[in-house]
Amino acid sequence: MTSPHAIARRPGRAGAGRRQRLAAAARLLTTPLLPEDYLGLLNPLWSTAEPRGRIEAVRHETPGTATLVIRPGPAWRGHLPGQWVKVGVDIDGVRHWRTFSLSSPPRPDGRITITVKAGPDGFVSAYLVNEVKPGTIIRLGDAEGDFILPSELPERLLFLTAGSGITPVMAMLRHLAEEGSRADIVLVHSARTEEDVIFGAELRALGERLPGLTLHERHTGRDGRFAPAELDAICPDWAEREAWACGPAGMLDDASAHWTDAGVDGRLRLERFRLAPVAGGEGGRVRFTKSDVEVEADGSTPLLEAGESAGALLPSGCRMGICYSCVGRLCSGQVRDLRTGEVHGEEGQIIQTCVSAAAGPVDIEL
Amino acid sequence: MTSTTDHLTPEDYEAIATELDALREEIVDDLGERDAAYIHRIIRVQRGLEIAARAVLLGSSLPPAWIAGTATLAVAKILENMEIGHNVMHGQWDWMRDPKIHSTTWEWDNVSPAEQWKHSHNFVHHTFTNILGKDKDVGYGILRVTPEQEWHWANIPQPVYNALLAMFFEYGVALHDLEIDKIRAGTNDPEETRAKLRAIGRKIRRQWGKDYLAFPLLSGPQFLSTLSANFTANALRNVWAHMIIFCGHFPGDIEVFEEERLDGETKGEWYVRQLLGSANITGGSLFHLMTGNLSHQIEHHLFPDLPSNRYAEIAPRVRALCEKYDLPYHTGSLSKQVTSTWKKIFRYALPGPRTEQSEPSEPDRAPVERPVAA
Repeated sequence: MTSPHAIARRPGRAGAGRRQRLAAAARLLTTPLLPEDYLGLLNPLWSTAEPRGRIEAVRHETPGTATLVIRPGPAWRGHLPGQWVKVGVDIDGVRHWRTFSLSSPPRPDGRITITVKAGPDGFVSAYLVNEVKPGTIIRLGDAEGDFILPSELPERLLFLTAGSGITPVMAMLRHLAEEGSRADIVLVHSARTEEDVIFGAELRALGERLPGLTLHERHTGRDGRFAPAELDAICPDWAEREAWACGPAGMLDDASAHWTDAGVDGRLRLERFRLAPVAGGEGGRVRFTKSDVEVEADGSTPLLEAGESAGALLPSGCRMGICYSCVGRLCSGQVRDLRTGEVHGEEGQIIQTCVSAAAGPVDIEL
Repeated sequence: MTSTTDHLTPEDYEAIATELDALREEIVDDLGERDAAYIHRIIRVQRGLEIAARAVLLGSSLPPAWIAGTATLAVAKILENMEIGHNVMHGQWDWMRDPKIHSTTWEWDNVSPAEQWKHSHNFVHHTFTNILGKDKDVGYGILRVTPEQEWHWANIPQPVYNALLAMFFEYGVALHDLEIDKIRAGTNDPEETRAKLRAIGRKIRRQWGKDYLAFPLLSGPQFLSTLSANFTANALRNVWAHMIIFCGHFPGDIEVFEEERLDGETKGEWYVRQLLGSANITGGSLFHLMTGNLSHQIEHHLFPDLPSNRYAEIAPRVRALCEKYDLPYHTGSLSKQVTSTWKKIFRYALPGPRTEQSEPSEPDRAPVERPVAA
């Protein structure tokens, strides 16, 4: 298996030098902007500073689930099956970032897919499933995550998945099928009903392309939740297999305990879905990460004042929310706008510290 | 307090603050796709114009190409500096959370480094608007634009200073954050001043490198005509920006305030100071666009971080509020505001007139701290 860095084509040293000189000359012509800011007028995917992709198609998988086919721009550095990617999408003018597992293996045509389940509290996922139109330009992060296949493929594998936890595993299975793998693979997948199985038809037919695959489909609406203890019956050698588990937190906790009890937790890899940020709360612990200052602040004290009273040297200006001298990047948590009372905040958002108070624990890069 | 506000009660100030806060919140809540599409379109148009101008100027030895290219480049630079750069750096588009169109990342096509400009403009000027001795935009430290400023013999040639400032306005803006008055008084931090000068030097090198070296070289034997076209476009942008900006705070009955006013100033009083210290310019929508919507200077000063495309929409409501509380709403045509501004610059080149409570003038040019007369 190659690393994502190795997948990207790298010019030779001489070519790189020439290219760099050319890029510097181009930047001189476009200063203070970058050449790509102008080239983007022709093709919005041409950006190196900010990898982008164009949604080419939206395929509905099950009720509430859709696969987005994305053509990434040249800045996309490739991915490994099982990895996830941060996706930035503009909804009603505002950029939102969410993380999704890639459901496609690397493909010769360069396209990638993510499969999104519309959660009841996730308006970004609901937008991607129900509203986004082909042609939409999105922002991409680099592919990340170590929930991947080892470079030396084991002979026997076990995948334990539930719900949309199938998506990163699907990328691996598709990759294995394309490689013509003969490995002995057991997939135990849970979904509420037969119709709710994402990629249901493809999974059931996958045995034709992956002769070593055994699929155990569990419909929890009828048969109840799958307990890891049941593995002894359907996959007696489970403890000897390299295993991957992806699904809701409860299922992963059970699996983790089961493998640990058997003393083989080194064979199990877990992919936890990220939790939504904890919203609300009045005040909380505020950490200024660059200043390395931590302070308890109440819900009516601006972050700026809280930090200053704790000895942090913070940028400041008008102290009334008009001049944007005091802004800092939010690493985690949410804040309350003291002018409007609105609670907001996503990782990476720029916050005006002079008019924002902590709504729960907050980390800010200042 | 000034006579124009003598009739206002503390309750009035509170009500004004409540009404204007509510207006701001209403617009903020309504921001969305339409506004994002607006700024994206303006940026596309601006970049398209700039590319077109640079392309036409590759044939700058032909007079029609020189004229068309210069005019187009001037328009592109005006749009970049005023409707895009100024407003983006105010944080008007930060709500979109797009790092490419963000107050923390934008650098503009101007010799003034964004970081320094944001300090002198967003913080100093917008917070202390028209406070004598605090707001360095009152006369830009070289002009006497109000009788409350001390007269000095050096003010006599100020119409000439102002004409030069107009031509080279971007350099005046670049030097603005150095706080020349502090340097003269020896109260500046020399290390900080040096760092700022180095940043200005770097920015000037890049800007000159582009306009006066790289593009002229690209046009080959037409080096000099392209250079003169770029210089003219920069100068046209400078003169235009200077004219619009001077109309924002100097014409007519615009008021200035003493520093004591800041003690315990309420939000309502801050709003009223912004109202009394700013002036609008009337015109059509293309004109407003070319001024970066600074023709809605009053609305901009009340809500400096509201997207500029919304100022025209809220202007009638701000004006109605002024009528309701019997406050002046300074506005006029471009020719009226420009004439009024220049009249002041000529008039106050000479001493006087005595303000009501003024004391005999002192020989030095210390910051003015005396009460403002009617």
